[in-house]
Amino acid sequence: MATPLNGHSCAEIVGRAQDLFDDLSFGAARQWKAASPERKVIGYMPIYVPREIIHAAGFLPLGIVGGGDQLEVIHGDAYYQSYICRIPRSTVELGVSGRLDFVDGMLFPSICDVIRNLSGMWKMMFPKVYVRYFDVPQNYRDDIGGNYYINELAELRHDLEELRGSPITDDELSRSIALYNENRRLVRDLYALRIRAPWQAPAAEVYLVLRAGLVLPVEEHSTMIREYLAAAAQEERPQRDNCRVVLTGVFCEQPPLNLIKSLELAGCYVVDDDLLLVTRWLTADVPTDGDPLRNLALAFLHQSESTAAKYEPDLKEKGQHLVRAVRRSAAEGVIFACPSFCDPALLERPMLQHVLKEADIPYIAFKYAENSGQMQPIREQAGTFSDSIKLWSGR
Amino acid sequence: MTTITTPKPAPAKEVDKDASMLKQKEMMAAHYDRLTSAPETGEKVASTFVPGNLNELIMCFDLLNNLPEVNAIQNGLRRQSGAYVLEAEKIGHSEDVCTYVKSDIGMMAKGNLAPNGKKFPNPDVLLLSYTGCFTFMKWFELLREQYQCETIMLHTPYMGDGKITKNMIEYMVKQLKDDVIPKLERISGKKFDIDRLREYLKKSAVAEDDLVRVLQSAKNKPSPIDAYFGGIYYIGPIFGAFRGTDDAIEYYKFLRGEVEDRLASGKGPVTPDGDMGKEKYRLVVEGPPNYTNFRQFWKMFYDEGAVVVASSYTKVGGVYDFGFRHDPGNPLETLAEYCLGVYTNRSLPMRIDMLSNYVKDYDADGLLINSIKSCNSFSAGQLLIMREVEKRTGKPGAFVESDLVDPRYFSAANIKNRLESYFQMIEQKRAGGRAAA
Repeated sequence: MATPLNGHSCAEIVGRAQDLFDDLSFGAARQWKAASPERKVIGYMPIYVPREIIHAAGFLPLGIVGGGDQLEVIHGDAYYQSYICRIPRSTVELGVSGRLDFVDGMLFPSICDVIRNLSGMWKMMFPKVYVRYFDVPQNYRDDIGGNYYINELAELRHDLEELRGSPITDDELSRSIALYNENRRLVRDLYALRIRAPWQAPAAEVYLVLRAGLVLPVEEHSTMIREYLAAAAQEERPQRDNCRVVLTGVFCEQPPLNLIKSLELAGCYVVDDDLLLVTRWLTADVPTDGDPLRNLALAFLHQSESTAAKYEPDLKEKGQHLVRAVRRSAAEGVIFACPSFCDPALLERPMLQHVLKEADIPYIAFKYAENSGQMQPIREQAGTFSDSIKLWSGR
Repeated sequence: MTTITTPKPAPAKEVDKDASMLKQKEMMAAHYDRLTSAPETGEKVASTFVPGNLNELIMCFDLLNNLPEVNAIQNGLRRQSGAYVLEAEKIGHSEDVCTYVKSDIGMMAKGNLAPNGKKFPNPDVLLLSYTGCFTFMKWFELLREQYQCETIMLHTPYMGDGKITKNMIEYMVKQLKDDVIPKLERISGKKFDIDRLREYLKKSAVAEDDLVRVLQSAKNKPSPIDAYFGGIYYIGPIFGAFRGTDDAIEYYKFLRGEVEDRLASGKGPVTPDGDMGKEKYRLVVEGPPNYTNFRQFWKMFYDEGAVVVASSYTKVGGVYDFGFRHDPGNPLETLAEYCLGVYTNRSLPMRIDMLSNYVKDYDADGLLINSIKSCNSFSAGQLLIMREVEKRTGKPGAFVESDLVDPRYFSAANIKNRLESYFQMIEQKRAGGRAAA
């Protein structure tokens, strides 16, 4: 296995990312916080929060995306009926079991009614923790949604200043924006590498490296991506006769790592996805001069990803982001993987499927939970999909 | 959840109805006739939602209000929704999602017939007042795809911190002024007249006063109304197409008189089987009802002498019992405040406060939650709500599960069992209280 001259090997980097992924007590974040008494940790859930503001306060933004398939949910099930998705119950489990006892604040973004209501539950269950439901505009005009959002960002800034005990300056915000711009550029490079040579950057590795960004300081995460890009390029890995797919619907509750691996084992290179969207929600650099909150707001309005939690005002534009993702990544099909009982993903799915049908892009669909154990049916479905593309797409 | 297919009940005897119910039936029938005649009369139609229903504004543009949720409820009550839900699932909609949506989509696929048997007109505009429920947004995106008509979004921020901020009001007023109203003007061809809006809002407030009197009559013992099953009839006009109209004023005045008469003569609620017997249990209910087996569900209560004295569902289209009234003095601000304040747009701690206060203020025996399988807006967090209300009030809570309009999720035996156990629990609690005294 090749080792780049300037850093760690692919296996080492992915090994470190895997350790972070496996650590359900968030040891790295705890360690970061323990290094200095003024440090605080602010948790956030999918899909998007402006991590720049948390970072500018000198705090660590900590992405919480449920407990995965290794967490035994004991208490969490007592809070939810069987027909509610799994991410809130495993998140409650993380909280009740003390795994988040070092977290000073939690942000619950506007994504669905379940996460929305969880914000209120968190207030009741952890009254000493700063909790905010983080609302975003569904109106994208600068003078309407933009102004509203700037004020919401200012409120968040104000709350974090109170936690910090001193103001967050514009310069601090702009510096943080620059660091996250760099991080997003690297994430885009990572996705570009996978599009160019998916065998060099397997989906599970890309996911783990990306996921590390939820628990590491942004500076450290950028270094990790940079090293992975260098190391992955030097790996000698065989190119398989896989088809190329876009994986969608996975923007909130995470699929088990085995599911992502299974897709590639079954013959589907994942060349784009909507996993961990927070890492690339803003699709272009945010300006670092001028009013930083306004810059963040305008980026949200005009240069952010499309997903089910966002209203699409233009019927003609509905679902086109997925068609563009397919074209951009030279994908041959789409896999809809939606968490069971996920309103946004499942309500969105028929509309996206109609758009794909019109664009003559094949697709398959299945559901999962973060603790799904049986991969065989998914592997068979994905394998058949891959075969059908190879046999019938005329490539 | 176990799926049990409920056998069709035997043909029912004639249902007893209050005069107010008959009056409402006439109002609803006339509205459906007006809707289905729209292609002939040339009236334009705006589809919109119950929570965040801007009926006064819609009327300013001479648009007719069509409410897909109410249509789904009608289909549930008429036992047609099951087939519609299956139809929607057949064409690719998930079994996991809101059954109102699927009933609506299935109804469209099967001819889009209104309760009067005539075809619903296609809407001229989808007024997406996005309040208290994420699914609304997707629902109208789905309908937009079908109808290919213009959709207007009015985004209501969520009251996550339990308060309405200046920023929220300004955002909503700005949307109304600069986006919603100009688009409605264009679509309807009518110029907006703010004085006309004020007139409608004035009328709304009159009806709202009477509605509150009706709902609060349940503080009496015995309660002259059932504030859940009966309450669903009472909220019909004001949550639907009649808020801001003379019809609504007349209806609520009439209803109030009727309830006051019952109160004066010491009567309990009217049920489909006539006057309810002795009031034995007073309950607060959280969550929507099941509509496919509505009467069967209600009967499980009144047969046991249980009356619902307050419910959250009757606040889903507007919370009026804490003093909010539509204010003609601040027409756009009041619409914003109304949308912000609907029950499902309130944070979980606010909902817990409301329900705990209802248990105390209405001297209820406890909180019963009917948890709806396909309604995350209501259902996510209800187990915590139940425990917290129990803790605060010292009164026992109970939990049953069903669905809005999907008959597959109404398990009569399970629900009846749980209700009977709950009533026993209340008895034991009372006996314990007496012994301690």
